[in-house]
Amino acid sequence: MENIKKPVFGIIVFPGTNCEFDCYHALQNILGAECKFIWHNDKSAAGIDAIVLPGGFSYGDYLRSGAVAKFSPIMEYVRKFADRGKLIIGICNGFQILLEQGMLPGAMLRNNTLKFICKFIHTRVENSRTPFTCNLEKGHIIKIPIRHNEGNYYINEKGLAELEKNNQIILRYCSKDGVVSDEHNPNGAIGSIAGICNKEMNVFGLMPHPEACCENILGSNDGIGIFCSMIRSITGIRKWM
Amino acid sequence: MIKVNVYVTLKKEILDTQGLVIKNAIPQIGFNNVENVRFGKFIQLEIEQRSKSEEDIKKEIEYLCDRLLSNPIIEDFKYEIL
Repeated sequence: MENIKKPVFGIIVFPGTNCEFDCYHALQNILGAECKFIWHNDKSAAGIDAIVLPGGFSYGDYLRSGAVAKFSPIMEYVRKFADRGKLIIGICNGFQILLEQGMLPGAMLRNNTLKFICKFIHTRVENSRTPFTCNLEKGHIIKIPIRHNEGNYYINEKGLAELEKNNQIILRYCSKDGVVSDEHNPNGAIGSIAGICNKEMNVFGLMPHPEACCENILGSNDGIGIFCSMIRSITGIRKWM
Repeated sequence: MIKVNVYVTLKKEILDTQGLVIKNAIPQIGFNNVENVRFGKFIQLEIEQRSKSEEDIKKEIEYLCDRLLSNPIIEDFKYEIL
């Protein structure tokens, strides 16, 4: 790996973000990429191959999750980064920020159970032809944790039809055997949607936490598949790990 | 100073689970005639008019409501200038 240029992930940190070190650990220590923290007040960053918007409670989730973070100075750079076709992954609060910013369609509602849910669930890969899932097969089951109070993804009928038509639905909640049903939908999200991407397929938002399942000691290492797909898209290396 | 009350509620087509929980709790207090409960947010603004016209102030309030105080995909807002 010595002669290969490591992909560089820029991890954006807002006041209230709390998953940035887990992302750093997964990407740099486990996967061997290079990570840089980018403070939300910065106007830009240099030498970044992909951006991570990590989980947490930016601005305390005040008003609405992700509602205030969208006005941070760094978000203009994030928007331009996406416009250039570069990769952005928004995890949990990061997904909420992308939705509020309008970089992904739809909105988040409070979990229909009205409870904060913190547990391992399963998701099924619906589209493996994206830079975030290219190392996985369609139908592949990922064991991955969720920790959220506002993960009930909503989009209107017309928007949902667009997502289906454009194959923008990337992950759906399912049973451990891949059955998608109300019983295995932890928060009431429409269509059991756990993750989507934009039409251009370079911006991915998901509620579950891949950075929290890259080591078997934590209960699953299924998160590696998503990050390796991103690294493959950046470096061209099919089997990074 | 202009005082403005802003009310933000979920759109009618969105399931209001908090409203439902409150509605179901009310009979436990002894009232069985509450048919519906909608739960929302109340925000109060104090705005300095300066040299802006009333029309401009209204536009400012509406812009604030649309861009920050509510999420137009899932919420409606209304405001009253006190």
